[in-house]
Amino acid sequence: MPTLNINGTDKQLDVPDDMPILWALRDVAGMTGTKFGCGVALCGACTVHLDGQAIRSCVTPVSAAVGKKIVTIEAIGQDPVGARVQEAWRKIDVVQCGYCQSGQVMAATALLTATPKPTDTDIDNAMSGNICRCGTYGRIRAAIKIAAGTAVVTK
Amino acid sequence: MGNMNDISNGRRRFLRVGAAAGGGLLVGFILPGCNRKESDRQEAPPEKAVGHAATAVSDRAPGLAPNAFIRIDREGLVTLVMHKVEMGQGTYTSIPMLIAEELAVDLAKVKLEHAPADNNLYSDPLLGGQVTGGSTSIRGAWKPLREAGAAARAVLVQAAAQTWNVAPESLRVANGVITNGAGKSLHYGELVDAAAKLEAPKTVALKDPGAYTLIGKNHARLDSAPKVDGTAQFGIDVKLPDMGIAAVAASPVIGGKLIASNDPKALAVPGVREVLKIGNAVAVVADHMWAAKQGLAALAPQWDAGANAGVSTASIVADMMAKSEGAGAVATDKGNALKELDAAAKGNGKGGRKIEAIYEAPFLAHATMEPMNCAVDLRADGCDLYCGTQVPSLAQGAAAKLTGLPLEKVKVHNFYLGGGFGRRLEVDYVTQAVAFAKVKSKPGPVKFVWTREEDIQHDMYRPYYLDRLAATLDDKGMPHAWFHRVTGSSIMARFAPPAVKNGVDPDAVEGAADLQYSIPELRVEYLRHEPPVPTAFWRGVGPTHNVFVVESFLDELAHAAKQDPVAYRRALLDKSPRLLGVLNLAAQKAGWNKPLKAMAGRKVGRGVSAQFAFGSYMCQIAEVSVGPEGDVTVHRVVAALDCGQPVNPDGIVAQLEGGIVFGLTAALWGEITLDGGKVVQTNFGDYRMMRMNEAPRVEVHIVASQDEPGGIGEPGTAGIAPALANAVFAATGQRIRKLPVSASLKKA
Repeated sequence: MPTLNINGTDKQLDVPDDMPILWALRDVAGMTGTKFGCGVALCGACTVHLDGQAIRSCVTPVSAAVGKKIVTIEAIGQDPVGARVQEAWRKIDVVQCGYCQSGQVMAATALLTATPKPTDTDIDNAMSGNICRCGTYGRIRAAIKIAAGTAVVTK
Repeated sequence: MGNMNDISNGRRRFLRVGAAAGGGLLVGFILPGCNRKESDRQEAPPEKAVGHAATAVSDRAPGLAPNAFIRIDREGLVTLVMHKVEMGQGTYTSIPMLIAEELAVDLAKVKLEHAPADNNLYSDPLLGGQVTGGSTSIRGAWKPLREAGAAARAVLVQAAAQTWNVAPESLRVANGVITNGAGKSLHYGELVDAAAKLEAPKTVALKDPGAYTLIGKNHARLDSAPKVDGTAQFGIDVKLPDMGIAAVAASPVIGGKLIASNDPKALAVPGVREVLKIGNAVAVVADHMWAAKQGLAALAPQWDAGANAGVSTASIVADMMAKSEGAGAVATDKGNALKELDAAAKGNGKGGRKIEAIYEAPFLAHATMEPMNCAVDLRADGCDLYCGTQVPSLAQGAAAKLTGLPLEKVKVHNFYLGGGFGRRLEVDYVTQAVAFAKVKSKPGPVKFVWTREEDIQHDMYRPYYLDRLAATLDDKGMPHAWFHRVTGSSIMARFAPPAVKNGVDPDAVEGAADLQYSIPELRVEYLRHEPPVPTAFWRGVGPTHNVFVVESFLDELAHAAKQDPVAYRRALLDKSPRLLGVLNLAAQKAGWNKPLKAMAGRKVGRGVSAQFAFGSYMCQIAEVSVGPEGDVTVHRVVAALDCGQPVNPDGIVAQLEGGIVFGLTAALWGEITLDGGKVVQTNFGDYRMMRMNEAPRVEVHIVASQDEPGGIGEPGTAGIAPALANAVFAATGQRIRKLPVSASLKKA
């Protein structure tokens, strides 16, 4: 029975070691903010942070998270960078259906934590693993720049 | 003040006021145009939605059962019980704006309650059923919601006038507060009980557009916050006590049957609770999805492929190609286009040259980010469904039919939709979940979740279309006769059979039969051809395929006539000033007359498309470059839109930005193919989606207008494929007559 540190709290979960973090979060810990999109690390909807790195929780087993810190969308607002990202997202109304946006916010927060002033190429590299079927890419790019302080709200 | 609107029609009243349960004002009204008989309007309104008060309203107004409600409580909070679902299109923001505008309250005071499943009460005025689709939400709500807001304001003002014993005209209203000449004021909440005793006005004055304070201005989405902090609840997120979670596998070949499975091995997987079988599909119920997926792998279901084992895309298209030579049902017949084309072929027509082409558009999956899912709690005394659906009443009806329960015992709990795009207009995933629940031996609810592979391989697909076109050009090079025969599946024949008249599916020819261009002789036909795969609406519906075909073929004619594509269209739009307006606007903003900057090693080109669809006029201009390997990059898209009075302009811009990416994804790469009766594509690896690094810069220009609003959820998707294909032609000289573009360029 692995112990996982999720959003700063140690939780003992009755799950097999090879279970992807995604299902441990959603179906066992009851935290549904992290989304299932493809199951094979192709869409990024399941993105969470493992020791600050953006990872695809649908293909990362819980065994890989033991002794590390998992941060999910439910707690990313407590991180100053995460809070700035969420604020920028709200400011220019990035979301449409919203299903992919947990993963987008997590990926953007990891990007800005590592690279506070990203270039367009940095944004492409960090965000192209996250699919948005509603096509909010233009606004995601703009919101990242607002959160980075490299662009202002023009709306 | 604006025009007076009569909200009664002889003896029939469209709107009533009454008291709300627990105090407050209730305004019940009818969204008209549902094609329903008056006798159908007698049913009691749903208890949960509006409390007992709605019954009180109905009692006071015999013969009227309202199908929409506004409730104002003693705090002055306004609740709209709304029939529309939010799937990203922004309806939950723009519809409250209509009420708040006329009611004169802060938008933050207006809350939405989702309407329960009831087809009779919550029909869409344009679609005639409880449907969110066809870009109809704002178009249908535009007038009745503003009238209801105005009527509520009128009775509140009247109540204040009675309280102070002054004339209503002497009072001022702003932000939910009524003020008299002496400077005294009352807020709406203080007046609701008095107002509830008054009669609804017979006429209401709607604001002049110049006096709008909300409509036409940008407003933040009301659903942004929960969608960026993970608290928004989608159907897949539902949690119920002791709920099982099931992974599902349907027969890979449509129509196949289960013949064998390894149940003991599946049941031996820790966490697996049960194996369910319904003939053409199996489900493994477990404590969590991981166990369910492993259980399904262990189950290793074997299938008898059945009659469709030999079906392939090639076999379907070969059949279509042959049958499309036959005559179709006539959708439009102006002049004698057939005779003219025949004469032109013999070299003696009025028009000169005859030009012909065949266009093809592939099957497409919807691939909503949230895979199909539905939780079912089926008991002897009732059934509760938990899912995101564009058609709650169809889901309710399907479950009632399958379980034998009366309709009122089936409850649909609707959620945010993780993408709709037409996919959640279908209830196949609900029906399947209920069928599984019926054969369950253990009690408790089960959430049935499709994997991405299941979602793509068991979608109901945008039909494959095959279009035959022919035209003659007059001595000035302009089209004289135009012939277009659409061959493909009829979604309407299944979804709404009465809509099909004289063999013509109006959806299949929308955007083809009603050309805005002045062409003297025009004949458009529809020939139904049903493939052995299920078909369904897909964002942009008929126009998504027809605008591609019409605008591409028109581009061919312009090229044949050696004319500029924009100038050619301009010359044909003498009878459509609004489409001409957006064409000129887009051309100007895109700098159509200035050459594109050359790119080393790549060919560059610009393409245009123009359309009238979903009540909106639009022109798109795309700029592309094509590399030596045939790889296409879309750099910039300029869209000019005349959608009548814009309600929430930034929401419109967002819909076009997103709709264009959705359309580009399909036009560049989208293609579902069949082999051995199975869908070949499985996941985002082989059903490619546009990504951040591939998305173009999209510029949207909205024409200022006070005309009735048009739809905006789908036009962007419909117009981008031809703008892209025409740009590829401009760059490479290769005409794209078959989508997707990537496949056509590869074969070239």
